[in-house]
Amino acid sequence: MLEKKPVLFMLLATAAILVGTIITMAMPFLWVNTDADRIETVTPYTPIQQEGRDIYIREGCNNCHTQTVRPLVAEVLRYGDYSKSGEFVYDRPFLWGSRRTGPDLARLGGKYPDAWHYKHMESPRSMVPQTNMPDYPWLNDTALDPESIRNKMETLGFPYTEEQIKELNGKTEMDAMVAYLQKLGSDIPWRKVAETTIVGDLTNPFPGDASAIAAGKDVYSSNCAACHGDNLEGMIGPALTDMGMEDADLYQVIHSGIPDGGMPGFSNLGSTKLWQLVNFINAEK
Amino acid sequence: MENPSYNTDIVRSFVTWSLVWGLVAVLVGVIVSFQMINPDLNFGPYLTFGRLRPIHTNAGIYGWGVGTIFATFLYMVQRLCKQPLWSDKLAKFQLWFFNATIIASAVTLLLGYTTSKEYHEMEWPIDIMVVILWVVFAVNIIMTIINRKEEQMYISLWYMMAALIGVAILYLVNAAAVPASLFKSYSAYAGTNDANVHWWFGHNAVAMALTAPPLAMFYYFLPKSTGVPIYSHRLSIIAFWSLIFMYLWTGAHHLLWTPVPDWVQTLAMAFSIMLIAPSWGSVINGYLSMNGQWHQMKENYLVKFLILGITFYGLQTLQGPMQSIRSFSAFIHYTDWVPAHIHMGTMGWVSMISYACIYYLVTRISGRDLYSVPLANLHFWLALVGQLLWTVPLWVAGVLQAGMWNAMNEDGSLTYTFMETMVEMYPFWWARGIAGVIFMIGVLIFIYNIYMTVRKKESAPSTATAEGRA
Repeated sequence: MLEKKPVLFMLLATAAILVGTIITMAMPFLWVNTDADRIETVTPYTPIQQEGRDIYIREGCNNCHTQTVRPLVAEVLRYGDYSKSGEFVYDRPFLWGSRRTGPDLARLGGKYPDAWHYKHMESPRSMVPQTNMPDYPWLNDTALDPESIRNKMETLGFPYTEEQIKELNGKTEMDAMVAYLQKLGSDIPWRKVAETTIVGDLTNPFPGDASAIAAGKDVYSSNCAACHGDNLEGMIGPALTDMGMEDADLYQVIHSGIPDGGMPGFSNLGSTKLWQLVNFINAEK
Repeated sequence: MENPSYNTDIVRSFVTWSLVWGLVAVLVGVIVSFQMINPDLNFGPYLTFGRLRPIHTNAGIYGWGVGTIFATFLYMVQRLCKQPLWSDKLAKFQLWFFNATIIASAVTLLLGYTTSKEYHEMEWPIDIMVVILWVVFAVNIIMTIINRKEEQMYISLWYMMAALIGVAILYLVNAAAVPASLFKSYSAYAGTNDANVHWWFGHNAVAMALTAPPLAMFYYFLPKSTGVPIYSHRLSIIAFWSLIFMYLWTGAHHLLWTPVPDWVQTLAMAFSIMLIAPSWGSVINGYLSMNGQWHQMKENYLVKFLILGITFYGLQTLQGPMQSIRSFSAFIHYTDWVPAHIHMGTMGWVSMISYACIYYLVTRISGRDLYSVPLANLHFWLALVGQLLWTVPLWVAGVLQAGMWNAMNEDGSLTYTFMETMVEMYPFWWARGIAGVIFMIGVLIFIYNIYMTVRKKESAPSTATAEGRA
């Protein structure tokens, strides 16, 4: 019957297509981005952050980087607290991505100091020698256009001040990119919540052990040298050659980081690697 | 005999342009695959991985995929309806507007005008061009069907009509955006909603552009190539309705473990598993249509492409549902497993079917024998080996990297840093690059063979009955 009536056929096909569409695509609008998943501390992007986000989109960063942390043990350990719906309410479009050629960036904000990002965006391999991330030095060469950014803020309906627009003068696309990266995932106080304290005494398990020192050197090269220099001479972070810290105190700093000083914590390296590192650094002084 | 009033010129033109864009898609694919191995191959700001990768995917889907859909649908609809095209002028406009749209897409993407939404990166002015293009195409096909002389509508027409409707709904809803300027817009949806709408689009674009149309082609060109009808019309009808009903529920399997509501994820997972049935309905129908005809796998190069194509469709529609299970997705999602899955579909299923269709169309329309059947066989093997050398190493790479991402020490810390897992990918990425080159050589041979077939001055009348037996 249907095989002879194309109009009726097309109406039925449309109906078949619309059932799943309405239930799984349209109905979630009743819950998502409503009071049900609102998070009070989440704020819209400022003009410079929004411009950074638009540059992130223009350069196709989402082709290699995701922006959503799943509630899985290894993933929360590696990147930070898992992502919540209410954190994305100002994201047009969403930038969750589909492939992690590079690491997830949902919790990047506040992990590194600005100087780390400037250097890394200009020349990723100067900090991570084996990375395949392209260089983006030309972002330094283009000045921001305050009026076009004002227009974007108006389109999005995000609040902004004249002061914020004026501050854009003289800023580059690189400044905007770094401002955006530092905002990512930092609207909820997850770092504070995730802070861990070490209980019990810290005793160096391999004091003066040459093989531990050698292993520590490798850990240093791949995790620390980008900021503290190949020979501990200091760059983005301070020199480590003459620290004079007790093993236990040094362990504590590396484990938990210095949140206000821009030093990330390295607890997920595990205690063995951390102690090797401590022995290496303290053997170099 | 061919009805002389059928418009074959337009089919020939679409074949030509889909070949051009198909070659562009593969070439850019090869380039970006080597950019992933050596970052010095990025030449900013225009020729970086971030800007070229969408050109690879969009040239593949919209240039090669949709170009072939246009060619085959415009060919099939006239014969299945025993009716010339409703409007030759509209079809001519469609051809030029198609190329204008693809060129405009490539140029704007290079310039960085992108929405960032995968497989829908083009900004709003180009969205409008795509909509015009699709409406023009749909009107021509539907009016031809309405004016048909053959009362019964064959199954291929069903899939064609579903594709016309499905793509229109998906594209329009996902394109909704507020323009800020000529080449910058902001999505009408925010955050989690945007993600859910987008992957409802993303997954069903696969259904409506890269599943229904190749099935329409398969159901038409397999019987044409073998000379025997399809095994079961009834099975194809059951598979059709369950396929188009179930597909639309499954988009959120791209978003398992994300903030998208749990029940949406669970429905997506369940319907993905159920989709095995209608998918395999078509696979089994294809295989059973070969009853007593399996010897043609040796003798008929068209059948080789078609049967390998439907076989990879079968594998694709088993692997896909498997990946849609939460626990499995937790492990392999975001690794190279997923790009390998996609490339089995595009290089193994859609392209294999498209190759067969184009070989058939070119010989049939020109009324000539294929220039070289041995070259077509060589193309078959290069396409097959290229695809397997692409996909198999990256499945291994995906499992390896997932294992390393999840590896933990006794004290609960992670065993590997991100970079330690990434550098393990380099050997597999070399295999992928080489596989891409092999596949591309196949495409070049394919194009050469087609070119030599149509350019031959002395048109010797075809001896083979255009069924590929030569």
